[in-house]
Amino acid sequence: MSGKDRLNIFPSRMALAIMKQRLKGAQKGHSLLKKKADALTMRFRQILKKIIETKMKMGDVMKESVFSLAEAKFTTGDFNHMVLQNVNKAQLKVRSKKDNVAGVQLPIFEHFTDGVDSYELTGLSRGGQQIDRLKKNYAKAVELLVQLASLQTSFVTLDEVIKITNRRVNAIEHVIIPRIENTLSYITTELDEREREEFFRLKKIQEKKKKVRKEAEKVKEELRLQGVEVDKVDNILEGDRDEDLLFN
Amino acid sequence: MAHTAQKGKLIAVIGDEDTCTGFLLGGIGEINKKREANFLVVNKNTSVMEIEEHFREFIKRPDIAIILINQNVAEMIRHVIDNHTDPIPAVLEIPSKECPYDASKDSILRRAKGMFSAEDFR
Repeated sequence: MSGKDRLNIFPSRMALAIMKQRLKGAQKGHSLLKKKADALTMRFRQILKKIIETKMKMGDVMKESVFSLAEAKFTTGDFNHMVLQNVNKAQLKVRSKKDNVAGVQLPIFEHFTDGVDSYELTGLSRGGQQIDRLKKNYAKAVELLVQLASLQTSFVTLDEVIKITNRRVNAIEHVIIPRIENTLSYITTELDEREREEFFRLKKIQEKKKKVRKEAEKVKEELRLQGVEVDKVDNILEGDRDEDLLFN
Repeated sequence: MAHTAQKGKLIAVIGDEDTCTGFLLGGIGEINKKREANFLVVNKNTSVMEIEEHFREFIKRPDIAIILINQNVAEMIRHVIDNHTDPIPAVLEIPSKECPYDASKDSILRRAKGMFSAEDFR
């Protein structure tokens, strides 16, 4: 018996049919999962490329924003404290949507504005234009960063999912399918063995029957040689009266 | 507050004074009813412990979706950031005034390095 890893099952024709079905199912699942993994990897690479592009772009945007901050500071004077103290309600917020890639939910962030600007009066005395530009620049930076954040979350989520999917694909390919194949071959060998046994048994019986018949023939032949009529069969009608079987 | 927690989520900032000022002017600052701000100004008197604590707090808060952190600050609490593997809140490292952006230090890009090198896309 093969000492290899196989399912614990009684070798019968039905088990063979079931195993064949399972093998088919496993192969189908394997190909489907592989397709899913491929689709995810494709998306993953796209996102990665976009992330790297956006990160590079972010550097430029941030530089511009910091420059405009310096400009505003130069014209307005130091307004850091005023801004830091005057925080109230957020005007720029994000909301998340879900995107579906091959059955995987990816969060997509989207920024939106609501409420009023709490810094309407900053730079009222001087440097209003610079402050305005500064606000716009930073809003642009936030927009880019939100985009980047959604890419990054997708990246992390996809990374996880791809790992799981690949693990499943490999498990099916290297553990489940070989196991089923082993079981299948085990069942087939076992069934073949049983068939051979059956054949052998039939042969044996045939041999025995032949032997018995030969013996009978021999006896008959001997009787015939002695002059006893062997081949003649008694005629039922010819006989004397029958004994009553029931009422005697 | 419950309304905002469901609908719009916040962006948190950890960084130097100028970075925080800029983003606050961009309109992301919020102070909730418990007087907790969604930003932390890091100056030279801020201890690493304090930054770490705030960062952990931001991660725990359900109304924060994105955390922006200066790269030089991120470098100080790198172990905490590397341990944070959940997709939400997303931690983004941004360049600060003093430090230009260095792609090789970024947690995400470091993870991606196995597949790509960032230089390929320059």
